[in-house]
Amino acid sequence: MKSLGSIRRSFAPWADATAVPFIAVKNVTKKFGDFVAVDNLSLNIYPREFFALLGASGCGKSTLLRMLAGFEQPTSGEIVLDGQSLAGIPPYRRPVNMMFQSYALFPHMTVENNIAFGLKQDGMPKPQIAERVDQMLRLVKLDKFAKRKPHQLSGGQRQRVALARSLAKRPKVLLLDEPLGALDKKLREETQFELMDLQQQLGLTFVVVTHDQEEAMTMADRIAVMAHGKVIQVATPPEIYEAPNSRFVADFIGDVNIFDGTVTSAGNGTVDIATEAGFSVRVASSEPPAVGTKAGLAIRPEKIRVSRDKPACAPLNAAQGEIWDIGYLGDMTIFHVRLKDGKVIKASSLNAVRAVEDPLGYDQQVWVSFDENAGVVLKD
Amino acid sequence: MVKWSRFNIASIVFGFAFLYLPIVLLVIFSFNESKLVTVWAGFSTKWYVQLLHNQALLDAAWVTVRVGLISATVATVLGTLAALAMTRYTRFRGRMLFSGMIYAPLVMPEVITGLSMLLLFVAIGFDRGFWTLTLAHITFTMCFVAVVVQSRLLSFDRSIEEAAMDLGATPVATFLQVTLPVIAPAVFSGWVLAFTLSLDDLVISNFTSGPGATTLPMKIYSQVRLGVTPEINAVCTILIGIVAMGVLIASVVSRRREVQRVKDEQAAFAL
Repeated sequence: MKSLGSIRRSFAPWADATAVPFIAVKNVTKKFGDFVAVDNLSLNIYPREFFALLGASGCGKSTLLRMLAGFEQPTSGEIVLDGQSLAGIPPYRRPVNMMFQSYALFPHMTVENNIAFGLKQDGMPKPQIAERVDQMLRLVKLDKFAKRKPHQLSGGQRQRVALARSLAKRPKVLLLDEPLGALDKKLREETQFELMDLQQQLGLTFVVVTHDQEEAMTMADRIAVMAHGKVIQVATPPEIYEAPNSRFVADFIGDVNIFDGTVTSAGNGTVDIATEAGFSVRVASSEPPAVGTKAGLAIRPEKIRVSRDKPACAPLNAAQGEIWDIGYLGDMTIFHVRLKDGKVIKASSLNAVRAVEDPLGYDQQVWVSFDENAGVVLKD
Repeated sequence: MVKWSRFNIASIVFGFAFLYLPIVLLVIFSFNESKLVTVWAGFSTKWYVQLLHNQALLDAAWVTVRVGLISATVATVLGTLAALAMTRYTRFRGRMLFSGMIYAPLVMPEVITGLSMLLLFVAIGFDRGFWTLTLAHITFTMCFVAVVVQSRLLSFDRSIEEAAMDLGATPVATFLQVTLPVIAPAVFSGWVLAFTLSLDDLVISNFTSGPGATTLPMKIYSQVRLGVTPEINAVCTILIGIVAMGVLIASVVSRRREVQRVKDEQAAFAL
């Protein structure tokens, strides 16, 4: 498994200008009456990529997936798969398979026959079908349940049958619509890693639709954050998290504190902003906004320190406040600190030691501070 | 345990008596020795034996069964297609009118349905007989099938059809291998409903049948006008028996299935 890890780490075809995308979505628009579900959207997905479409419900992610599967036709634009345009090709002639959110198992067929369904449609000889079904059952560890019907299975087992069925035809692309949505938290976390291993093992391209950012962050090579039918940002999970390109993405992924203010000076790779919260910040920025413009500073809670003592960098990148709320999560503690102007900011700290002597308590006067490279400047 | 008040007991007794006393009397008098329907003269099965020699009655029964089988089958096909059209293509022009027209025969007085069909057959010069009767039965039973199948289709999870197509099944293969097997119980109960409606129809049959195509209800009705004979009681008892058996079997089968399903589900979640 070590070699797989190294392949995964160096996997970045999107950074290679010569790489040919496997799925190319070109200026696709989909309208339902007056409602624009997908708005002039373009995307490239590369072979063997684990690609996630992430967004709130109604953002168009499912519509895009259904267009890839062939259940919806784009109003305008084109989708190209492996060099071939998918325009006008019905779902039953596309080399893609889909795993449905509801699993959509055939209730009148056994597990075995559910998995064999697609192979039978292709007219595969019976002995080969039996062999493939066997192989898929072992892959999802359901060999003992071959003769059961869907209603005789638990939720997790049904999810595995749906997965096996969609993989049985060895599609070029597997589309997954909220694949783990119906599982409980613990099972969901286990299954996330199983799906990743499976994708590596089979060398397939996965496109997954999810509204769960944690799921997308864990599994995907790249994430497309969508809103109102548009892609807001496409990037790897670390980039999405650490370098969001907009207020929307910063706010949508994880927790964030945003300080609005005016740029007072810029240069030497840093920007100074006078925040509305009453203190000045200096942050690293390679493309600083112009002096005098409005800008926002986004900082993740874990990058904010909370201390009783005045930090060395004060008054820059530091503010005084009092502890308003404390949330103890076990692995970490979340502090809500109320600044002098009334703004409440979130800071989290890892509980690396079991017992802290004299921990911070409610209503204590504290300082919050952060490093120059902790935040991201958002231009508006 | 709820205490039964006298009022409750009385209403149940009277209610059931109201529903079943006439039927019970009919069954009892079918075993009457006497030819007089209202006078009990001892137990006998002779009217059942005599029934077997009444060729006219047997012919009528045979016509009824044939009309029922053919009309129920055709009505089931057409009704299922109509139900599919109404649940699948929800936005076509004139859908309200179309669905309204399918349901109209449900509330249309049978006299009107029968009369209008009679006028139609006369107008196009279609000789009345077995086939006009069958056509008329198809027409009025079809809407009942459509209603039964449509209510099943409304709760049908379309994603399993999409899954079938996604796995390479053409629309026809999807319908035959996935949709039809799943809605089969509703289609079957639609068929049973159509068959029983056809079996006991009198009004529409009277308008649309011709010489040589007399159904059992028509025969019974015409004989009763000449006086009720114990023979008629015997025929009716047999009919009641058949219908009761059908209902009983259907409910036992569906009950067993339900119990089995619940058991299976409990077994699955206990794992």
